[in-house]
Amino acid sequence: MKRLLMIVLFFVLWILIWQGLYQARIWSPVLVPGPWSVARYLEGALLDGTLWHATVVTMRRLLFGYFLGIICGLPLGLLTARFKFMEDTLGIAALGLQTLPSVCWVPLALLWFGQTESAMLFVVIMGTLWSVVIATDNGVRTVPPIYAQAARTMGSSQFHTWVTVIVPASLPFIVSGMKQGWAFAWRSLMAAEIYVTILSGFGLGHLLHYGRELNAMDQVIGIMLVIMVIGLLADKILFSPWERFLHRRWGTAKN
Amino acid sequence: MMAIRDELQNVSPEKLVVEGVSKWFRTRRAAVQALDNVSLNVREGEFVCLVGPSGCGKSTLLNIIAGLESPDSGQVLADGKRIAGPGRERMMMFQESALFPWLDVMGNVMFGLKLKPNLNNGERREVAQYYLHLVGLESFMHANIHELSGGMKQRVALARALAPNPRVLLMDEPFGALDALTREQLYGDIQRIWQERKKTIVFVTHNVREAACLGDRVVLFSPHPGRIQEKFGVNLPRPRDINSVDLAKYSTEITRSLKRHLHPETAEVAE
Repeated sequence: MKRLLMIVLFFVLWILIWQGLYQARIWSPVLVPGPWSVARYLEGALLDGTLWHATVVTMRRLLFGYFLGIICGLPLGLLTARFKFMEDTLGIAALGLQTLPSVCWVPLALLWFGQTESAMLFVVIMGTLWSVVIATDNGVRTVPPIYAQAARTMGSSQFHTWVTVIVPASLPFIVSGMKQGWAFAWRSLMAAEIYVTILSGFGLGHLLHYGRELNAMDQVIGIMLVIMVIGLLADKILFSPWERFLHRRWGTAKN
Repeated sequence: MMAIRDELQNVSPEKLVVEGVSKWFRTRRAAVQALDNVSLNVREGEFVCLVGPSGCGKSTLLNIIAGLESPDSGQVLADGKRIAGPGRERMMMFQESALFPWLDVMGNVMFGLKLKPNLNNGERREVAQYYLHLVGLESFMHANIHELSGGMKQRVALARALAPNPRVLLMDEPFGALDALTREQLYGDIQRIWQERKKTIVFVTHNVREAACLGDRVVLFSPHPGRIQEKFGVNLPRPRDINSVDLAKYSTEITRSLKRHLHPETAEVAE
């Protein structure tokens, strides 16, 4: 309860300072709109459905591409960790591609797929995939060999050992790789949406872009807030349960 | 019918037979011989301790019996059959407990049981509970591994190894990392469980007193290359106390033999 109060108080204070700066008229209200005009924009966008629609479009692209990226990345990471040949080929390629900022895939995706959903999906997958491959590979390599030996003496076959021992033992690495992949995918999707218009659906990035075109600062700040809230929710819903489980089991939590 | 088949197969009365086993470890620079022509028989229900300084190949031999490694020459038979790989019949316990941190205590004990066919999940849980009770940790069923002390971890590892009901238990310095008091408790536990559950145990340690306390027989290894130097029978009633005077006689004798081999000059002077 006290914690909740602190959080609320912090944000209220933040908004008050914002309102104060707005009323002091240091900057033009076109550049720094007050909290009320941003709130009014958000209310309007919520009521006419644009905000909800854009959020759905963006989240659909993000989640679909993200899970495809994980589904491909996990087995590839296992392969690079298991086979020397895969390590020397795909492993090195993955390492190189992961250092590439995922925004850099946008021009290539647009040339290959045009201004389509496929281009968006491609960008998200590229953002996710390499982080997951490398994290999985790293995770598997840090699993103490004694776990696999113990499993094998208990009658676990090679395949069974991989599924029930190697993968769960590398979970802490895999989850942090998934988190990094999420961050990369989210950033590059926003960049792509701001960069080009995709006719099959207007996402949050497009709203941000048109806010700039129309000089509507209340819209720009409003959408930025929405993007932030989505990021925060994703962290709490998608990753926190996993991290809590890992901390509890491995005993890595601070308190 | 059974009798005829047994006669024809000429089944060995020994539980484990190690015949002329040699093992080399090759690195890029050199080859090291870990075991040189080692032979050893272990009877059903026997408690055999392998002792020796580090590098004497005793752990390697245990891994070979477990089927985790294969010998370069010679062979190991379990119930007269050549060992080709790991099997539930020979369960291994390691120095670090090797418990799985992503499972709770119950999950760890269930791991081996889940791989055993002909049991439903209810029966598996009952078996797991029985063994957790046997090692005195029934109330820690849902505890996480990191919440256990070193001694408790080894107890869970013991329960996990016992649960699939192997005939042979292979233990690689299982109490090496524990404090003296905990170790003494576990000496009692392991002797009690060995007698109750009628297992064959091969136990590796570098602690001579521990070996004399637990073993029906103590097999002394010498290093570089690993060979069996001497075998001792320990004829003391059970349960044995690690601090007893009778035990000290055996451990002194074994230690003397160990020293004689390691430093022949000084040992002779000391005599």
